[in-house]
Formats: sequence, C-alpha cells, structure tokens
Amino acid sequence: MLLEPRATPSRWMSYAAPVLAILLTLSVGALLFLALGIDPHEAFHVFFIKPLADANGWSELLLKAAPLILIAQGLAIGFRARIFNIGAEGQLIMGAIFGGGVAIAFPESQSAWLLPAMVLAGALGGALWGAIPALLKTRFNAEETLTTLMLAYVANFILSWLVSDPWRDPAGMNFPQSVMFGDAALFSMLFDGLRLNTSVFITAAAVLLFWLFVSKSFLSYQVTVGGLAPQAARYAGFPASRTVWLSLVLSGLTAGLAGIGEVAGPVGQLNLNISPGYGYAAIIVAWIGRLHPVGIVFSGLLMALIYLGGEAAQMALQTPAAITGIFQGMLLFFLLACDVFIDFRLRKPLEKRRAAALAKKRATA
Amino acid sequence: MTPEPTPPVSLRGEPRLQLLHISKRYPAVLANEDVSLVVQPGEIHAVLGENGAGKSTLMKVIYGAVKADMGEIMWNGRQVDIPDPAAARALGIGMVFQHFSLFETLTVVENIALSLGGEFDLATLAVKVKEVSQRYGLPLDPLRHVHSLSVGERQRVEIVRCLLQNPQLLILDEPTSVLTPQAVRKLFETLRQLASEGVSILYISHKLDEIRELCERATVMRGGRVTGEADPRQESSASLARMMIGRELPHCEAPLFDGERKPLLEIRSLSREPEDAFGTRLTDIALTVHSGEVVGIAGISGNGQAELLAALSGETPVAREMVHLCGEAVGHRDAGARRDRGLSFVPEERLGRGAVPAMSLADNALLTAHREGLVRHGMRRFAAAREFAQRCIERFDVRCGGSSALARSLSGGNLQKFIVGREIMQTPKVMIVAQPTWGVDVGASAFLRQTLLDLSRSGVGVLVISEELEELFEICDRIAVLAGGRLSPAVPRGQTNAEAIGLAMSGLFAQPTPERAHAA
Ligand SMILES: Nc1ncnc2c1ncn2[C@@H]1O[C@H](COP(=O)(O)OP(=O)(O)O)[C@@H](O)[C@H]1O
Ligand SMILES: [Mg+2]
Repeated sequence: MLLEPRATPSRWMSYAAPVLAILLTLSVGALLFLALGIDPHEAFHVFFIKPLADANGWSELLLKAAPLILIAQGLAIGFRARIFNIGAEGQLIMGAIFGGGVAIAFPESQSAWLLPAMVLAGALGGALWGAIPALLKTRFNAEETLTTLMLAYVANFILSWLVSDPWRDPAGMNFPQSVMFGDAALFSMLFDGLRLNTSVFITAAAVLLFWLFVSKSFLSYQVTVGGLAPQAARYAGFPASRTVWLSLVLSGLTAGLAGIGEVAGPVGQLNLNISPGYGYAAIIVAWIGRLHPVGIVFSGLLMALIYLGGEAAQMALQTPAAITGIFQGMLLFFLLACDVFIDFRLRKPLEKRRAAALAKKRATA
Repeated sequence: MTPEPTPPVSLRGEPRLQLLHISKRYPAVLANEDVSLVVQPGEIHAVLGENGAGKSTLMKVIYGAVKADMGEIMWNGRQVDIPDPAAARALGIGMVFQHFSLFETLTVVENIALSLGGEFDLATLAVKVKEVSQRYGLPLDPLRHVHSLSVGERQRVEIVRCLLQNPQLLILDEPTSVLTPQAVRKLFETLRQLASEGVSILYISHKLDEIRELCERATVMRGGRVTGEADPRQESSASLARMMIGRELPHCEAPLFDGERKPLLEIRSLSREPEDAFGTRLTDIALTVHSGEVVGIAGISGNGQAELLAALSGETPVAREMVHLCGEAVGHRDAGARRDRGLSFVPEERLGRGAVPAMSLADNALLTAHREGLVRHGMRRFAAAREFAQRCIERFDVRCGGSSALARSLSGGNLQKFIVGREIMQTPKVMIVAQPTWGVDVGASAFLRQTLLDLSRSGVGVLVISEELEELFEICDRIAVLAGGRLSPAVPRGQTNAEAIGLAMSGLFAQPTPERAHAA
C-alpha cells in the first residue's frame, strides 16, 4: 500500500477534502461531457451558471435545497454517533402520508390550523418511521442500515396503495394520485410567480436549532462520545440505547417535515413523485457538510444546484436524466476517497524507500 | 559517495547505536533537546526520566515513528536515515510500544503476521509464536482474538512480535508495568541472554530496582534534556530517583482514620458468567469497603479483574443485590446512576475508556464531571469545563499543553493524573481505582498514592486493584487477592506478607471464605 497512518489526523485535510472532491467531480464531469460529444465549457455553463441567472432559478434552488438541508441536519446527528439511517426517503414519504392524510380528511377546511396540524402529523409520521428501526436495534440488535432501507421500500408501497385505492382522486382519470389540496392546506408563496414558499422557514429554524443543539447541548456531546469512543460512553454511563432512539427519531422527524414541505408545497397532493430522492441525496449532503449544521447549508445548496443543472442539461443539451445521479454519486465517492487522507498520508517518496531497502541489504550482507 | 564494501555488522569497538544532538519539537513543547546517547553491542541501557521527560519521543525517533527536527543517528558506525518503522525493522531495530497498536478483531497470530509482512503461513507461524512465547515466559494463545486479551496479555503479543524478528537492538518502552513478578524474572533472563548474544537493549521503566538489577548504563532525562549518565548498579533507588526528579522522593504517610467506620461499598456473593469465551467467570465474590480505609485487590490481570471492575462500575450491570453503594442496592444500575450516588472510578485503560482520545482535556472533564456544574439546563458551560480542567491540571501537576490539549497527546502518566484528578474532584463517597500508577513515574506515583490515602482519610472508601504488591502494601489497610475469578478474604496489611499474597495469587487461599465453605 502507498498509504501510511498520520501521527495525528490532519485538520487542514478535513476542510480541504470537500473542496478537493468538488474539483475532482468537475474534472471527471468534464471528461464525461467530452465523451458525450458536448463542449464541457458550455455544459458547465448550462449546469452551474444558467440555472442561477434569474430570480426563478434562485427560488428553485432554495426550494430544492430546503428539504435536503432539513433532512441532512437530522441524519448528521446520527452519523456522529455512528448510527446510519439510510432510509430517510421512507421517513419523508411517511411524513407526507401522515400530513397529507390530514389534508385529505378535511378537504373543505379553511381553518388556519389545518396546515400546522399537517406539519405536526408529518413530523409524527417521520418520527414513527424512524422509531421502528430504533426499537428493532435496541431490542433485537438489528442493523439500522438494513431496517431503515427496507422500511423505505415499505413506505413506498404504502404510498402507492393509498393513492391508487382509498385516497385516489375520483376525478383524476385513474391516475395514482390524491385530490389537489386546498389553499389552507398549502404553504403560502413568498413571491408572486415563484414557487418558493414559507416552508423554507422551517428549514431555517431547524438550522438554527440544530446548530444550538450540536454546539451547545450536553446531549449532543454524549452522542458524539458514543460515536468516538463507545467504551468511554459506557464508562461515563451515557446510555447507548438513548443515542439510538434520539438519532433515529430525530432524523425521521426532520425527514417527515421535509415530506410535508413537498406535498403541502410544490407538489400540492399525494402522488408517486413526491421526492426526487431527497432522502438519499441528503446522506451525501450530510457528509459533504462535514456533519456540521452550517456546513450542511452549503452542501445542501450545492446539491440542489446539481439537481437544477441536471434538469437544465436535459433540456438544453439532451443529456440523460441519470447525469444528476452521476454527479451526486461522484461527489460522495471522491469525498470518501479524499477523507482517507485525513487519517493517512502518502508514503515517503520512492528515493527514501530505496535507501531503506539498501540499508537492509547491507545489514544482511 | 562511492559504494564501499560493507563492514561486518558487529565490528568491535563500533557502537551499535549513536544518537548525536537529537532535537524534536511538538507544537506545545520541546520534547527532545540536544540529546546524545551511545549504546554498545550487547549493552542493556536504561533511559530514565519523569513522565513527559521525552523518553518515548526519543525511542520513536530511533524507531522511525517520529522524525527528529535535528540531529544524526549512527547505526553500527554508519550514518543512517530512518524514515519509517519499516526501515528501522529492516536495520534490525525492534520496539515494544507503550501504547499498543494491535487490531482488536484479529487473532494474536494474525496480528503478528501482519506486522511481519511478506509471505507467511498462519499455521507454522502460530507454532513459532507458541514456541517463542513459552521460551520467554510470555504465555500466549496464538488463536485468541486480541479484543478478549487483557492489557497485560496484549503487551506480551507486542514483545513476542519483536522477538520473532531477531532484532539487533530491542527497544522496550515500559515493558514490565503489567507483567507478573515471575514473568519479569523470565523476561530478564531472556534479555540477558539476548544481550550475551550481542543484541543491544534500550530499556525504559519507572521501576528503579529493576533497572539497578538489569542495566549496566543509564541515561537520565529531565524536561527533554539529558541530565546525567550513571551506572545504575552503583546507585541506590533513592539516588536514581533524585537524578530523575531533581529532589528527594517523598514518602507516603498513612495516618489513622478517626471518623466513623461505615460500610460504603458492599459486594455480596457476586457471581457472573463472562461476556465472551475467554473472559473469567466471577464466583461468589464478597467484600466490604468502609469509610476511611483503602482496600486493595492483588492479582494478575486476566483473573477476573476486568469483569469485577465492570460489574462494580456499572458498565455491565449485575443482579440488584450483588452491589450495595452507601446502603442502597445498585447492582442493576448503569455507570451513570452509580456515579449519581457517589461512585468514582478510574479504569485501567485510559485512552478510549477513561478519556476520549480525540477530545480536549476540557471536553474530557465533561465526561464524568458534568455533575460539577459544567452543564446547566442541558447546555454545556464551556468556560466552567475549561476552568475545571485547568484546576485539575494545576492541582495534579498534569504536564500538557493546557485544557485544550487533546487527551491522546498526553503521556500515559500525565493522562492518568488528569483522570484521577477529575474523579477525585467530584468528591466521591467511594472511589475505585484500577492500576493507579501503571506507567506513572516514581515522583508522580508517590503523589498519587498519597492522594488516595488522603482521600480515604477524609472518609471516602477507596478500592484499589493493582498488580504491584509493593504499592498495595504501601497504601492499603486491608488486602484481598483475586485469582481465577475468586476473591480471598481481605486481610489487614499487618497480618500478611508478600509470600502469603503471592501464594494466594497462584490460587491457593490460606483458608476458604466462610460463604464458600458454607455452600460446599
Ligand atoms: N504527538 C504529540 N503531540 C504533541 N505533544 C506530544 C506528542 N507526543 C508527546 N508529546 C509531548 O512531548 C513531551 C514528551 O513526551 P514523551 O516522549 O511521551 O515522554 P515520556 O515518554 O518520557 O513520558 C510531553 O510533554 C508530551 O506531552
Ligand atoms: Mg513514555
């Protein structure tokens, strides 16, 4: 191997790694465009500059970044404790089902309390879907990576059953979708003609609360100790099961909130396209943001831009839709690769190793 | 330079190793300053000094694990550059580290195979490991997983691993801290034999009588500099200690306790199956620790020490009635709940259990001392934690780069002082300490022992688990022995002696405990 462990982890590298990962992603992306016969210069312009050329672009950016950031905040708490919830997508869907269910139950309601009730129900649904893996882990020691992922599929099936049978819109020409929600069941728009709505304030509040929680609370400290040194947590008497519950319920809750933000926002109903994989993309957002509440804001914006760029490229350059996923995947891949250099470094240059080999030869001669 | 014919390895008169003006600076301290040292072939050379004197750093420079800022290394008369441990091993330098570097999830023989590199056959290697370990009195089962080994057993793995590489220079950084007296005897025989075969040995230990017995040269360090050289055979332990710490060694004072003698920690017929296949079963353990006394548990690691400590600290809860704290049955409670009721505990493993390696001392203060007003309304009080850590650093003379220094940057002894200090500053009612002075220098050991004595005389019940008999005889009012998962009755110090304890350590109690006689 060409790597050797560093004496102490490099702090510099832990900040440089995301930047390096972005640069590598762009370089490989450029090669990819070349291979597709597209001028990389033009492609990058379409991908990263044009989407932000007007107010609508910025509105769309925030609209997409908000759920990513919200979900990633919750996931990061668990990741710090080495509790890996990778089924946030399912918790998002459950949040949408619970919250959307409230809107469908009171279709005529004009009450100002309808939306808050939906938000509450959404949070509850997500939290509940996170609580199941927590129960399975604390009671039966079941791996949360498996259970959360499998429950994401279950959530998806529940949704498709609901919108194709009991909650199907009778006037919807047999499409698997619910009725459109009334105004009282939707977040109000912030600007005329733009889709950005008041649900961004939920994300903004969450960033503030999570920042407070992570940097100031004793509970977050205990969770972090559990991740860094499980034996020390046990020695200090920080219950491991509490960490599991907290991580999974909290990340379920934020994902549920993101779900209600979608159905009571741009989507406006329950259907099969509630989320373009926000729950999975948020995993990448959390890592690239270094699990830090403020870092996550930046990585969420970047990830949202990749979504927008991917759509723009589809339209302007006829690239396949998969390009968005490729960019997201590369970003995570390169980040994990660069992260290795936080704890490891490249071996000394060849020359010195030759010298050592020489010394060995002499010693044995 | 033109290539020359290689001179024979052990050219007479040529020193095996020569260090010339070595300096190494860490951000906060100058760990080595202008250090020079000569080791002859076949010489057993001691390096002495307080915790933090820079001994380990110097050894790591020789082993290529740390790069010196300045200075030269001559190996068998030739200047060499040692960029990494692989190069050191290639030259014939082996090292046993103070902190071990084993993979927990692998077996002993797999760990050794990894460090040897190249091609190997696990089965034959296992046989070789077994052979070497038996020859040198370091019993080891090559097929056991490292995570199930005690600290002492892990050190054996490290020693055996070095011996398998037939080194010309063997560096041992505090090797005997965790060995039984018999194993120390065996190790010394081995080292002497190795020396007579021409292998040089660099030997770091805080046990001055060992050094006087074993070593023919000693280099004394203080504050990163060489402060003297001596022939330890010509010196007394007191004179060596004086060279090390620059003043007379203090003596422990054990005044009488004149307060009320109440039972504080009661262990009632505690039995427990081990968590993994290689653990020790605890059988019918009974012991009471009263206010105002220090009770010692002697015995070699691996005889149930780890299991008993975990059961007492609450890391692995047991049946409710088995442990009583200040009159309350707490056997079923976790470590946090027991701490709420006045228990403090210093574990054997400092890094990773007693402290979080990657966190600062201030953050590590919070680990258990959050009860001391370092948290309000669920929020951390950073200034209070820093202040607590700072007080601990000053009161317990912890040598470090301040309260923001990472726990893993401290030398073993200094981290121990910090952890003991953190636990004592929480004014416990019962204090349990495992291996209080393992790897701690003579000056600091005396201080820690006196601190534990003073703590007990303030009305605290202190339980010390240690492998060092001398230490137990110095501070304990009563001594019991844990062997094979059974605890002998605690006997007043005046009514026993090292022989009787040593006999009990091999599992033969003078008389059966009443409980067991009853059960039989
Ligand atoms: N990796 C490190 N980073 C920063 N400081 C260190 C590091 N290793 C050791 N030190 C400091 O260098 C000094 C010498 O340490 P060490 O060589 O371990 O002493 P000894 O082995 O004599 O106890 C101590 O003050 C210690 O805190
Ligand atoms: Mg040392």
